[in-house]
This record gives sequence, structure tokens and C-alpha cells, in this order.
Amino acid sequence: MKEVIHTPVPSVEEEEYHINMGPQHPSTHGVLRLVVSLQGEIVKNLKPHCGYIHRGMEKMCEKDTYPQIIHLTDRMDYLSAHINNHAVCLLVENALQIEVPERVKYIRTIMDELCRIQSHQLWWASFGMDLGGLTCFFYGLRDREKILDIWEETTGARFLQSYYTPGGLMWDIHPDFQKNVKAFIKYFRKKIRDYEKILSGNVIFTERSRNIGLMTKEEAISYGVTGPSGRGSGWSCDIRKHHPYALYDKVEFKEILYHEGDTLARYMVRMDEMYESMHIIEQLIDNIPEGDFSAKMKAVIKLPAGEYYQRVESARGDLGIYCISDGNKTPYRMKFRTPSFSNLSVLDHISRDLKIADLVAIGGSLDLVIPDIDR
Amino acid sequence: MASTNIYDNFVTSLTQSIHNGLYSSMSPTWALITELAIIGFVFLMFYALVGLFLVYAERKVCAFMQNRVGPNRVGKYGIFQTIADFIKLLMKELVVIKNSDKLLFTLAPFIIIIASFMAVAAIPFAKGLHAIDFDIGILYVIAVSSLGVVGVLLAGWSSNNKYSLIGAMRSGAQIISYELSVGMSLLTIVILAGTMQFSEIVQGQEFGWFIFKGHIPAVIAFLIFLIASTAETNRGPFDLAEAESELTAGFHTEYSGIKFAFFFLAEYMNMFLVASIGATIFLGGWMPFHVSGWIGFNQVMDYIPPTFWYLGKTGFIIFLMMWFKWTFPRLRIDQLLTLEWKYLLPINLFNILLMAFIVLMGWHF
Repeated sequence: MKEVIHTPVPSVEEEEYHINMGPQHPSTHGVLRLVVSLQGEIVKNLKPHCGYIHRGMEKMCEKDTYPQIIHLTDRMDYLSAHINNHAVCLLVENALQIEVPERVKYIRTIMDELCRIQSHQLWWASFGMDLGGLTCFFYGLRDREKILDIWEETTGARFLQSYYTPGGLMWDIHPDFQKNVKAFIKYFRKKIRDYEKILSGNVIFTERSRNIGLMTKEEAISYGVTGPSGRGSGWSCDIRKHHPYALYDKVEFKEILYHEGDTLARYMVRMDEMYESMHIIEQLIDNIPEGDFSAKMKAVIKLPAGEYYQRVESARGDLGIYCISDGNKTPYRMKFRTPSFSNLSVLDHISRDLKIADLVAIGGSLDLVIPDIDR
Repeated sequence: MASTNIYDNFVTSLTQSIHNGLYSSMSPTWALITELAIIGFVFLMFYALVGLFLVYAERKVCAFMQNRVGPNRVGKYGIFQTIADFIKLLMKELVVIKNSDKLLFTLAPFIIIIASFMAVAAIPFAKGLHAIDFDIGILYVIAVSSLGVVGVLLAGWSSNNKYSLIGAMRSGAQIISYELSVGMSLLTIVILAGTMQFSEIVQGQEFGWFIFKGHIPAVIAFLIFLIASTAETNRGPFDLAEAESELTAGFHTEYSGIKFAFFFLAEYMNMFLVASIGATIFLGGWMPFHVSGWIGFNQVMDYIPPTFWYLGKTGFIIFLMMWFKWTFPRLRIDQLLTLEWKYLLPINLFNILLMAFIVLMGWHF
């Protein structure tokens, strides 16, 4: 005889229903799928389903030489392409103990900060759009275009540049590079005030984001939420300060920390970081020393057998690359510790018992890039 | 003294001559039917034209705000873009959703469009140029335009889609709440005007629009009307029912082709409707800008046809609403209801008292 199982039937008020946000949804910024349990409009819990843009990058790395891997890392967090490249280059350079020319360090630092600015611009644009301010999107993209133009001149590509090579750069900067960067900084210092006016100073925006998605410092640490999202909770986790690379120990800049831990704090961290990045670039742009744009490298790069780990601060947080080499020209194993993946993990925790509209705002404030999650 | 507007006679004699011509050439029953048919046809054409123009205007205004060019390929400055879009929508497949309530699904867009269509009938476009001049015109407009929410709710319910349902429920709460504020801000002016009839309200603004005549309470009422009517039309910072970043397209997610076009058109017609009510009640409708005693100035103003005045004022309010939409981020549903029930409604009630007091004391102009 079949056993009859009595499950208590929840009343209509308590009943939860599920919606699929994604894989195709305007506010997941890509092919992320969130299965959200809702009670009315209240989010009860959510399960992220990743893997829709999984390309097996870590496995592909095992077949690729180190210069080839650089081209793959562009495609992880496409908004901080330069910084991802930087991580691989540093890994190889530190393993081989190569000292790159001073000029390269200057250019790399400037490029990284430009990259951070444009990433934050795009984040600002899409965050505004998530909250319903469509005009923000066009303002952000308009200004980002200027950085892409600068890159196009020097690197030949607008989006996935692969400009860094182990030991240096692909080629030297364009003669107009310094002039254009300075013009951009001058332009953007004016335009960022519009950003402040249209979102930061808007009462609807501040009400939408204040006290929403609260994350304490302990939670940020235990979930591994790094980058601007973690610093919004008061966790000092800037790799540029704690483990400086390139020229970050020479330039003067502040690590932006906010202690509120809400969506507004994460927003303010990124806004202030844009100012800091501009400050860093201003210190360097006039002082780029003459010299080679690359150190002398062997044609085939082989890392000595061993384990290596390299961290950089990407626009989203702590990007770590763990590499095991068995002495061949390809790594034995590559593992990317990508910031967006850890940042996504906290989304369920901080958006419970809030409304769908808040979930969209919180998701925007974590600044997720989906290929960075799936790799 | 009533103004001697040179255009008044023209409109009245035109409608009168059509009326006389019809009644002299056929039996009264047929003449009435023909008249109704003509009025219906004229309004349909007007409706379609306004809808097409507003869609184009919105795209241009929004492009202007967003550093873009906007439509500029079909025709000079892209003026035929909306017509091309409309033809595209006409030819699109009407997707039938499985497990949806087919009758309600089909009915919903019609209810929405009928609600806005009925309300347009009461709007005066110039002296004597309106379909019906109710003596309870304002009450009628409020009643009829609030029918639209039924269409939104039905659309959300019958689509068998959770996003649509959430959008519809939000919209229901929103429209019903904000109708109170719209109604009360209009009532504030009714106290000042002493009538609910649109033609009399406009006539009462001959020497000073109500927003100037009623000074402080009228300005407050106008601001509340702007906010509440933006919310009632599901636009601007209050577009929670659509909320494309949260609910993809809200209550009309599942609609395609001409049914979607109905929702789209109804949104713009509702915007046109509330803008023209606002223009009529607060800014004098078709009445030119007159200053009591300045005869020469008044005559110059009279040379501008009243319909132009009306369209100009309506266009101004529509532009304001577009400006809101393309500037502000969206509110959350609880903030939206808080704004209405905790702020707008108490201010409104107090404002009505203030207006009544001012009218009693005769402190208005």
C-alpha cells in the first residue's frame, strides 16, 4: 500500500512562487539566471544558476602558452581587460624574476586606472538604468567612449585590447596618448559633476539605495566580497594598497572606505574611486620616462616548475591567478579567483526579505560581470 | 464682458452649418446618426494623429535629453518613423499564449483604449469645439479615465505570466491611490471656479488663468496634479507597472502586434488627456492670455487661434512629463504609496480647506 504523505498546504498569503530572472533579463547584465522565490513582491530566497557563458577557460589555459593566455583573460571580465592582462603578465614576470622597464610600469598603471574609470562609468550607467533612470545610461556610455577612443589609438582595439605582454607591452603608446588622456581628465572632471547631480543628489535615488542590501564587514569577509563592494562595508581590501604592484607604492592615493554597507555606500565607493583614479593618472601622465616598451624576453616562455599566485585589484575586486607549472611552455593548471563569483555569492544573503526592485538595485550595486563569474 | 474672439464665430458657424445642412437634407434620425458618425470619425482620426505625433515627440525629446539624434531616417527628420513603426506593428503576428484567458486577453487592450477615448470627448479644444459639454464634466472625466485600470489588471491577469501579474497588481494599487490626488487637486479648482462644466471653467479664466487667480493653493494643486497625473498614466518615475529593468515589460509583456500598439497608443493618449485636463483647469485651456484692462494687448493675444493656445499649453505639460520621465530614477512600490497616502493626500486635503477659505474671504484675484 502506498503511504500517504500529508504536507501542510500553505495558505494563499504564505505561498511562495518562483520566477526566473534570466538568463535573458534586462537587469542581470548578461546571461545570469536567478531563480527567485517570491511572496507577493518580497524576495524570500534566490538561487543563482551560473554557467550559461562558461567557456572552460581554465581548461583552455592548459593548452595555451602564456602569451596566448593573456588573450583569454581579456574575455573574463571584459570591463577590466587591461587589469586581467596585467595579472598574467605579473605572474610570468615574477616567476621568471624579470624587471620590466620603468616606462612599462608607468603606462600599465595609467592604462589600469583608465580601465577602472571606464568600468565604473559603465557600471554607473547600467546602475542608473537598473533604477529606471534611462538617461544615465547614455551619459555613462558617452564618456566611456572617450576612453575607448584613447585605447583605440594606442592598442588598436576598443574593448579587448590584449595590450600587455609578459615583460612589457605589445607596442609603444601613440604620440598623442598623453595629450588625449589629459584632455579626457579635464573633460571628465566636469562631467562627473553631472553624474553626482543626476543620481547622487537625487532624493528618489538615495531613498531607493539607503539601508538596502546591508552587508556587515564580517559578512563581506566571510563571503569574500572584495573590491568596491567590500570596501562599501568598511573592509580594507584594496590589493593596490596591501600588495602593491606596478607603481601603486609610488603614487599617492586614498583607499576609499565607507562603513554603512548598504547599496548607497557601494555606490559612493565607486564614485569616489573614479576621482582617485583620475588623481593617480594625473600624477603619472606627465612623467612617463623614456625607454623601452618591453624587457628582453625569450621567444618561448617557460616558467620554472612550481606554484605561483598573483593578485591584482581589478575594477570588481581581488583577481587572483593561481598557476602550477611543470616547467613546460603551457601551465599544468590555471585557476582564476574572479571577484564577481564571490560577490555573487552574497546576493542571496543580503537581498532576502526585500522587494524585487531592491534585488535589482542590489544586483546592480555588486557590479557583476557574468563572463567573470562563469569564465 | 465676453471677449470678441475673431475665431469664435468661425468655429460655431462651421459646426452650425454642418448641423443645418444635415437636418435639411435628411430625416432627423438619419441626420443624428450621420452627425454621430462624423464626430466619431473625426475623433478617431484625431486620436490616431495625436498618438503618432506624441510617439515621435517623445522619441525626439528623449533623444535630445540623452545626447542622441533620435529617429532621422524615415522622411525628413524622421517624421514618418512612427508611421513606419505602426505599419510594422500591424503586420506582426498576434502571438496566442497557451493557458491564457483568451477572452480577457483580447478584451484588455480595448478597455484601455476605450477609457481614454471616452474621456477625450469632454475636452474643449476651442470655444464650442467639443463633443459633449457636460455640466459635470470634471466628474465625468475622472470617472471614465479611471476605467483604464481595469484593462491593465485584466491584461496582467489573463497573460498567465508572473511578471505581468506583478506589474498589474502594482499598477492597480498605484492608479487607484493616485486617482484620489488627481481628483482632489481638480476639486480645489472647482471650488474656485464654482462649476464642474469645462466650458464655464475656461470662460471663468478669461482675465487670469486659475493658476494665477488662485495663487498659493492653485499652485500647490497644480504641482500635486502634475505628480499624481504622471503616476496615474504609469509614466516617468512612476512606471512601476512596466518597470523594464525589473519586470521586463510589466503588464504588457505578452502582447504583440496591434494589441501591443493599443497599449502603447493608450499610454500616450492618457498622457495627452491628463495634460489637456491640466491645461484646461489650471492654465486656461483654449483661452488666450489676457490681462484685465489691457485692451490692445488682449486683442493681439486674440489673434492667435484658441486651438493653438490649447495645444501649446497641453504641449508644455506633456514636455514636463517627458522631462520627468527621462530624468528621474524609478520609485519603489512602498515609496510610491507612502508618497501618496502620507504626503500628497494630507497636503491636498489641507489645500482644499485653504482654497475654500480663500474663496470665502475673497482673497483670490
